Amino acid sequence: MATRAEMAVEELRGEVSVRASGEGQRGYNRGVPGDTGVQGQAGEARTRMEPMIEIRKLNLKYGEKLALEDISLDILKHKVTAFIGPSGCGKSTLLRCLNRLNDLVDGVTITGTIRIGGTDINDPNLEITELRKRVGMVFQKSNPFPKTIYDNVAYGPRIQGLPPRLAMDEIVERSLKGAALWGEVRDRLQESALSLSGGQQQRLCIARAIAVEPEILLMDEPCSALDPIATAKIEELMAQLKKQYTIVIVTHNMQQAARVSDYTAFLYLGALIEYNLTKQIFVNPSKKQTEDYITGRFG
Amino acid sequence: MRRFWKSGDPFIWLSGGALAFSLVMVAGLVILVLVNGLGSFWPSPIVRLTLAGGKELMGQVAQREKIPQPGAPPGTPERYRIQVRVGNRDLYGADFVWVEEANIVRRDFPAEAVLIERQEWGNLYGFIKEVRDGDRVVARGPVDGWKGLQATLPGAMSTSREIRRVEKKDIGAINYAQEQIRLRMKKLGMRDREGSPEVAQLQQELETLAAKYRVQEARLAELRQSSRQSLVVSAAGDKVKELSLAQIVRAYQPNAMGLWAKSGLYLSKLWEFVAGEPRESNTEGGVFPAIFGTVMMVMIMSLVVAPLGVLAAFYLREYAKQGAFVSAVRIAVNNLAGVPSIVFGVFGVGFFIYLVGGSIDRLFYPEVLPTPTYGTGGILWASLTLALLTVPVVIVATEEGLAAIPGGMREASLALGATKFETTWRVVLPAVMPSILTGLILAMARAAGEVAPLMITGVVKLAPSLPIDGFWPFLHLERKFMHLGFHIYDVGFQSPNVDAARPMVYTTALLLLLVVLVLNLTAILLRNMLRRKYASSTF
Ligand SMILES: Nc1ncnc2c1ncn2[C@@H]1O[C@H](COP(=O)(O)OP(=O)(O)OP(=O)(O)O)[C@@H](O)[C@H]1O
Ligand SMILES: [Mg+2]
Repeated sequence: MATRAEMAVEELRGEVSVRASGEGQRGYNRGVPGDTGVQGQAGEARTRMEPMIEIRKLNLKYGEKLALEDISLDILKHKVTAFIGPSGCGKSTLLRCLNRLNDLVDGVTITGTIRIGGTDINDPNLEITELRKRVGMVFQKSNPFPKTIYDNVAYGPRIQGLPPRLAMDEIVERSLKGAALWGEVRDRLQESALSLSGGQQQRLCIARAIAVEPEILLMDEPCSALDPIATAKIEELMAQLKKQYTIVIVTHNMQQAARVSDYTAFLYLGALIEYNLTKQIFVNPSKKQTEDYITGRFG
Repeated sequence: MRRFWKSGDPFIWLSGGALAFSLVMVAGLVILVLVNGLGSFWPSPIVRLTLAGGKELMGQVAQREKIPQPGAPPGTPERYRIQVRVGNRDLYGADFVWVEEANIVRRDFPAEAVLIERQEWGNLYGFIKEVRDGDRVVARGPVDGWKGLQATLPGAMSTSREIRRVEKKDIGAINYAQEQIRLRMKKLGMRDREGSPEVAQLQQELETLAAKYRVQEARLAELRQSSRQSLVVSAAGDKVKELSLAQIVRAYQPNAMGLWAKSGLYLSKLWEFVAGEPRESNTEGGVFPAIFGTVMMVMIMSLVVAPLGVLAAFYLREYAKQGAFVSAVRIAVNNLAGVPSIVFGVFGVGFFIYLVGGSIDRLFYPEVLPTPTYGTGGILWASLTLALLTVPVVIVATEEGLAAIPGGMREASLALGATKFETTWRVVLPAVMPSILTGLILAMARAAGEVAPLMITGVVKLAPSLPIDGFWPFLHLERKFMHLGFHIYDVGFQSPNVDAARPMVYTTALLLLLVVLVLNLTAILLRNMLRRKYASSTF
């Protein structure tokens, strides 16, 4: 772990020295929230980099146990944001707040606000299904439905009202292509999704999520069960997808975070320690804890 | 020794032994039922016994056993006796006699001996003396008589079939229609509309029906007139019996038959058993109404228990807040499966029949009262009682299936913007289907074999008509019905003629096993089809 993380950092150093300076000139650095939030930001950066998700003073308790503590951060549109941190620090919990999947857990209490595209998602008048249509999710463990490949992808669109069959065929094809799976399954769309390999199943889950055309895609360790080739495919996919979607990814793999994300948030024991440009975090972290974690000294 | 125990071999032997023991027990039971049940249709030869006193007996050997000789010194020769089915109950009074083998002077197997299965009085064994048409003798003697019988019997049998058809179908339909009209008139009368034109019209219809009835009756009389042929048979013990050919179900000479003829007869008797109506207080003929009743009852029960159990399980597992109360309910449901079935029967009588059925009668069938319609045992109430009895099985199986569905599947659906109901309906229900079917299979197996609660909720020894027939509304759920399990009990233990009924007990038991097997296989095939559709280890 330690060596791998260090390698990732080494890898980045060379690159950043060239690019980070250029971006800094254009004011990107200032637009990015620092480690505590965006209060007092330059108006110029706000207009250029409108935040898709604004999280303010978020606290979450499972029963009596505090799992997230006073989290504030902005996630920017059409960027990939990575959440990193040691196991149990609350990455998944934070991610699941964004589509209110934590509502299903008994005994959670949430305070603070989360705005997505300007609307408060914890507003009791908000249709939770509408929110979830805008915020798609890919889970750590691939979880295709025990249905055919076609029906898996068509599930979301069907839920939202059945488009005519032809349109559905098109949606399925487009989504599978979007998830780089079309070539492998085009001849077996009517076979059970469970007959696919693990990596294919994960890409199917991505296809299923993008079939409903969400604005935001949440990915919780999407590659943790995949081999390097499948991982590479999914990473490639993310680079494609971020043109259309805002992506938030949770990962334990430092190299992956460094490769795919534009911004990185480091969480530790439920608190947001540092949030910055990925390059900044990996090359020049401002907090000792962050540095210790990414260089593998603990975690 | 320790090493031996640790090696695990004793455990393998132990578990293997337990399995083998269970298999042997079950196989023994099945073989016993198979041999006794299927063997009973085979036409065994007719033996003529001449006893020491010069007395003659004729019939089929039913069994042979050792005569117990308590206190006899060792070395005494063993003595045996045989049970002979001599039939001719109308002549001798009893179907079976025991004969000590030592008393038998002579045994022979006369080729001309005939066995006649009759509508009444059971089998007749003897030699044909004459075949008559009215007062005229058509053929005489065992050989010519047999030929004469062969020539006339098919015609006579088709006539008697026609008579029965007219009696049951045509006249039955008229009677039914008349009864319906009378009830409608009574209903109008109860509403003080006796003088209305409707009543006059019904009166009119009644008269048309009466005219139709007279026509059918004339036809019946004509048919009866034409079937005047009869057969005179001499039986052992210098008895003579004359019987109308219309009485004959089947006549054959087992001693003169070859293997092929016997096989054909065997199949025809087997078919009669499966597809025919019972005769002679159920000791002869077929059990079709009982098969029909059993299958239909299990079907109705499944139709009720599947949705009930599945919905209850869904509520318990998906919607109810898990806690002490739900756990208590769960334990209670599991324990319900252990309540003796007769208790459910008593509940069925008290709740379904008296309360629900009685109320239905008062509300919808006041014109028939005091004769109950739904306020008495019937196939609907029996099925509902059994549904209640088996609902824990379905609940438990479904709940276990629900618990086994990975939570990620539900979250994936919710994350796509599905509501909880859509998730349950489109993802959870299909995934849990195999478990539901497993529960249903167990429930059906239990219901098909249950007898005690049925005895007080609607099963009868002999039901006059099936719960489905050609009369509106075709499905008569209030009717009493016959059931294979009860049939076994009735024939085996309540029959006046236990010896004659014994083969029926085995064959009926065999049939019940088959019915349960077929019902289960259907459900299992269905389940496997579902599983194959989503071939994977997830289920
Ligand atoms: N349903 C739950 N009920 C109670 N506590 C929970 C629940 N889910 C998570 N927690 C707790 O909240 C904390 C954060 O969990 P979370 O799953 O967000 O961690 P994570 O950062 O995603 O870890 P990992 O990297 O191992 O997936 C943990 O201490 C965990 O024990
Ligand atoms: Mg996690």
